[in-house]
Amino acid sequence: MIRVSKVSKRFKVVSAVQKADLHVQKGDIMGLLGPDGAGKTTLLRMICGLITPDEGEILLMGKPLEQLDKYRDELGYMPQRFSLYGDLTVMENIFFFGSMYRLDRSVIKQRADEILDITNLIPFKNRLADQLSGGMKQKLSLTCALITRPSLLILDEPTYGVDPESRKEFWKILYDLNRSGMTLLITTPYMDEAELCTKVAFISEGKIRLVSSPADLKKSFSYPVMQINLKTRRPINLHDLPGILDVSYMGSKVHVIVRDREQGHTEIQNYLLRNRIADATIQEVLPTMEDIFVGLAEGGAERWNMP
Amino acid sequence: MEYAISTRELTRRFGDFTAVDSLTMDIIPGEICGFLGPNGAGKSTAIRMLCGILAPSSGMATVLGYDLLRETEKIKPKIAYMSQKFSLYDDLSVIQNLDFYAGIYSISARHRRKRMQEMLELAQLTGREKDLVANLSSGYKQRLALAAAIIADPELVFLDEPTSGVSPTSRRQFFEIIKTLAEKGTTVIVTTHFMDEAERCDRIAFINQGKLMALDAPDQLKQQFIAGCMVELTPPDPINYLDQLSSLPYVKETSLHGSQIHVLLAHEEYMSQLARDCGHTPEPIEPSLEDVFIHIARLRKEGGVS
Repeated sequence: MIRVSKVSKRFKVVSAVQKADLHVQKGDIMGLLGPDGAGKTTLLRMICGLITPDEGEILLMGKPLEQLDKYRDELGYMPQRFSLYGDLTVMENIFFFGSMYRLDRSVIKQRADEILDITNLIPFKNRLADQLSGGMKQKLSLTCALITRPSLLILDEPTYGVDPESRKEFWKILYDLNRSGMTLLITTPYMDEAELCTKVAFISEGKIRLVSSPADLKKSFSYPVMQINLKTRRPINLHDLPGILDVSYMGSKVHVIVRDREQGHTEIQNYLLRNRIADATIQEVLPTMEDIFVGLAEGGAERWNMP
Repeated sequence: MEYAISTRELTRRFGDFTAVDSLTMDIIPGEICGFLGPNGAGKSTAIRMLCGILAPSSGMATVLGYDLLRETEKIKPKIAYMSQKFSLYDDLSVIQNLDFYAGIYSISARHRRKRMQEMLELAQLTGREKDLVANLSSGYKQRLALAAAIIADPELVFLDEPTSGVSPTSRRQFFEIIKTLAEKGTTVIVTTHFMDEAERCDRIAFINQGKLMALDAPDQLKQQFIAGCMVELTPPDPINYLDQLSSLPYVKETSLHGSQIHVLLAHEEYMSQLARDCGHTPEPIEPSLEDVFIHIARLRKEGGVS
C-alpha cells in the first residue's frame, strides 16, 4: 500500500528524514515510533503529499505520489492536532470536510450516518465541536478522515490528550476499520498502543532503524530484563552499578536492563542486601514495549539480534 | 499541619453544567499529587480555580494558607501554572524566552542571570541557549515551558497535562525534574493520562464528572479499590476477544492492556472455570493503576457510585 524508498527531507540545516525505507502492506496496522523530533510527522506528511521529499520515491497503492490527485479519495489523513471548526456542529464539520472532496451532500449525509455509528457519535450530531470532550473531538477528526471511504488511513498521534478509557474505545474502532480491509499507518507515544499494531517501525534521527512485529521485537531484545518486585515503595538507585544499562521505575516494580544475566542478578541481589531490602524478589521478564522504546532511543538498533 | 491546598465543597458551574462538584481535599506540602480522570472530568477547571483565574460558584479554599476568594493576589506570586499549550515564543531563543519570563515575574537584574542559569541546568537545556524555540522538539519545548513557569521559584506548581505528545524518554526526563522540584519542597499538582506517571506520584486524586472519587497513594488505591480477583490473559487477537469474555457471567470487568487482557473475576475460584471457558491460562496479578482508573470511570458512567 505504501512503498517509501530512500526518501530524504532537509529543513535548512536540519536533516528531518534521511534515506528512509518503509513498506506498508495491505491489511497492516503499522505503528511509527520514535523520540521527539525523530522525523515521524515529516515522514507522514511526505507520504500524504503535503510536503515534497528532496530525494527518493514514494509509491501509494503502486502509483507515484505525483498522481495523488487522481486517487485522493483512497487516502485518509488525521493530522496531529484538532483542525476542525469549534463553532460548527459535528454534522456541519463533516459537511464542510466532505464538500472539500467534492462529495455530494446526499452522499456525505448517508456516509456520515454510517461512520458516526462506527465512531459512536450519533447522539452528538448537533453538538458544537468546541463542546465535545477530548476523546470525542478525536473521534470527530477520525470521522472526517473517513468520509471519502479511504482504503489507507494515516493517523498522526490520534489519541493525543485522550484518557485511557477513551483510548481503548478509539483503538476498538481502528481494529474494526482494519478488519473491514483498511490499512493503517499510525504514530503514538503510548507504548500499549504500539503493542496493538501488527508491525512497528522505529525511527530516530530521521532514519528507520528497525521494522518488526511487537512480539518479535520483544523476543529478539539482546539484553535480559530483570524485574524487582518491592513489597514497599522505597527509593532505590541502581544506575551506578556495573553492567546495568537502564533502570525504569513502575511504582512497586523496577525494570532493570542488564548486560549479563548472572552478573546483573548478583549485582542487584548484593545491592538489596547492602541496603537491607529483604522483602524484594527478582525475576527475569520479557521486555515491555517501553523498555524496548527506551532501549532503541538510547542504545540504537545494536541492542537487537534481528534475523 | 498547614496544608498547601485545602478545599471545602469547592464548586464551579457553567450554566446548568456542574464542572467541579463539591470538591473537598487537602494537599500536603512537598507532595506530588496527580489529578487523574476522564476527559471533561473537571481537572482543568479545578486547577484554574485553585490558580485564582476562575472564580468558584460556591465553596471555599485556602492555597498556601491564603484565602482563595479574598487573597488571590497574594497567592499568585507564589504559584506557577503550566497549561496544556506551552506559552512560549517560537521566534525567540531559549534564553530570550527565559529572560522574558524573568522580566514578567520582576526578578531583579542581580538575581536574574543566576536564576536563568539554574533553570537551564534543571531543564537540561544547557548548550541550547541560542536555539530558536521553533526549532526545538516537543520534549525540549516542554522542559523550557516548565523552566519558564517556575523561574520565580514558586512554592506550588500546577502542571496541566505537561507530557501530552512527548515520547517515553522525554516524559521520563520530565518526571525526574518534577521529582527534583518536590524534593526541594515544592508542592506539585500534575494532571496526566499516562499511568506510569501516575505511579510516580505520591498521591492520586481521581476526579470524575466533577467529583473527587478517591485520594490516596497509588499502592493503596490498587489494593483497596477493586473488589474481586484480577487476572491477566494473553490470547491471540485480544481486542476482538473482549466482548466474548465480558459475556461470561462470572466476569465483572475486562480491559485491554497492550496485547494482554485484564479480567476482573467475582472470586478467585472462577479462575479454573475461566481457563476452561477460554482455553488460555489466566495469571493472577495485582491490579494496575489503569485498572483502577477504568473501574472508577465505569462506576460513574453506570451510576453505581455510592
